[in-house]
Amino acid sequence: MSDAPKPESAPDAQPPVAQREAEPAAPPAEEAPSRTGDPGEQSPAGPGPLAHEEAEPAVPPPAGSTSPPVSPPVSNARRPLVKRHHGIVRAAHWLNTFLLSGMIASGLQIYSAFRHFGPRGGPYWPNPWDDKVFPQWSRLGGWLAGGLNWHFALAWPFVLTGVAYLAYMVLSGEWRTILFRPRDVPRAMQMQLYYLRLRREHPPQGKHNALQKGAYSFIFLLGVLSVASGFAIYKPVQLAWLVTLFGGYELARFWHFWFVFVFIVFTLLHVALVFLVDPASLRAMITGWYRGRFPSHD
Amino acid sequence: MTDRRLSRRDLFRLGLAAGPAALASSCGWDGGPALVPKLRAVSRLNDWVGEKVLLSSTRLAPQYPIRRRTPARNFPAYAQSHPLPVPADPAGWALEVGGLVRRPQRLTLAMIEALPRVTYTVKHHCVEGWTAIATWTGAPLSSVIAMAEPTGEARYLLFRTFDAGYSNGWDFKSAMHPQTILAYAWNDLPLTPAHGAPLRVYSPLKLGYKLTKYLSSLTLTAERPGGFWEDLGYPWLGGV
Repeated sequence: MSDAPKPESAPDAQPPVAQREAEPAAPPAEEAPSRTGDPGEQSPAGPGPLAHEEAEPAVPPPAGSTSPPVSPPVSNARRPLVKRHHGIVRAAHWLNTFLLSGMIASGLQIYSAFRHFGPRGGPYWPNPWDDKVFPQWSRLGGWLAGGLNWHFALAWPFVLTGVAYLAYMVLSGEWRTILFRPRDVPRAMQMQLYYLRLRREHPPQGKHNALQKGAYSFIFLLGVLSVASGFAIYKPVQLAWLVTLFGGYELARFWHFWFVFVFIVFTLLHVALVFLVDPASLRAMITGWYRGRFPSHD
Repeated sequence: MTDRRLSRRDLFRLGLAAGPAALASSCGWDGGPALVPKLRAVSRLNDWVGEKVLLSSTRLAPQYPIRRRTPARNFPAYAQSHPLPVPADPAGWALEVGGLVRRPQRLTLAMIEALPRVTYTVKHHCVEGWTAIATWTGAPLSSVIAMAEPTGEARYLLFRTFDAGYSNGWDFKSAMHPQTILAYAWNDLPLTPAHGAPLRVYSPLKLGYKLTKYLSSLTLTAERPGGFWEDLGYPWLGGV
């Protein structure tokens, strides 16, 4: 998920529209040095003072050339190539596409064994898939035991990926670019106003805008909740405290299942927004290098 | 425009990545002969974690008031044999306790009923995902094991049945738990054939398929015994 054009990177203020086109045009250096600035805190949100927040940590000119100041060209090809995502983040991202697909597919297989929520014999809780079997192509494992073995095997790399990602975010300080904090609330509202075309200029942002921060913080939390509810229904007696947290075994199973659909909706939106708003971000998530219109660091 | 070329190429890359993912999750695939053994190996690792890390010898499963019992008609009962299995000689039925023990036992139902009595109303967890609450009454399995005096090599238990060869292997830790019993009553009445008469294993610490019905013998072993569903691929420990 990324966003629409915004005034960015221009070392000095220009009228927003022109500014959007005015990028520091470093020559298409293939290996522009990655990052300079430390992901630091931003100044408070608001249309005015923020105009400069964007001043992107300057990308140092490639060795042997001098940095051209500001020049008009716009196409991404003329933008500097900057390092946007660390290898750990990219590995975690793509591993998750496989692991989560497998977790969901094996989960749908497990669901087939008891296709209701709530007490045995009913009344069953609201569920559009009550008593329905998911199509065979969507299930992994072949039968209940196979689904369970896949689910409990993939859970290991899924959890370890999450732990590695979290450790990297915390230790590198990159968490600041993702974690949605109270001060992001007004920023997110501004961003939403911009998307609704009630605000003209794209609010300034760092690596991610406030809505993205909200989305990415939320989806990580959802991952944590999925794992926690999964453990609750895996060992409901040994982990009784966890079961209590989710409101009992049957409710924990209910939530565990519903989280899946939030993941699916998130992923569809996520992929759609990548292509609609910032296709260059796909390359950044694959190779780590980004040549696009948004800053790569806070 | 460069932008467009970039996005098309990336789209193509994404397609390459999505292909195997779609294939892997398609067609109700179980993993095939190459992966199924590996999945079972991970399942053994999960058994180890379940027994050594997560299972507590003293933590008790919560008990429920009798009014929370699941109506009898909603409490499913599975058996391998159809019609329901009955002992060859109901009057002469007894539980044989043997294997790595110093004092093999032959326990009649009357002898088991004379042992200390445990009654609890607990939640039953089925591997399928449903739960049901019922009251179970029986003798602690640990008392029966103590009577037989296991030798030092005994590490596992094997329950055999008169139900078409159904059996289950158990770990010692779960077997010695105070809530693991040899049950002879269900909801205050003697076990019915549907629920495993005359004697079955019950424990709120394990999934239903580990709670062996129609018991005929208990054997203590040094090697990890398999079991009916376990050998087909279900998790061996089956702890909850």
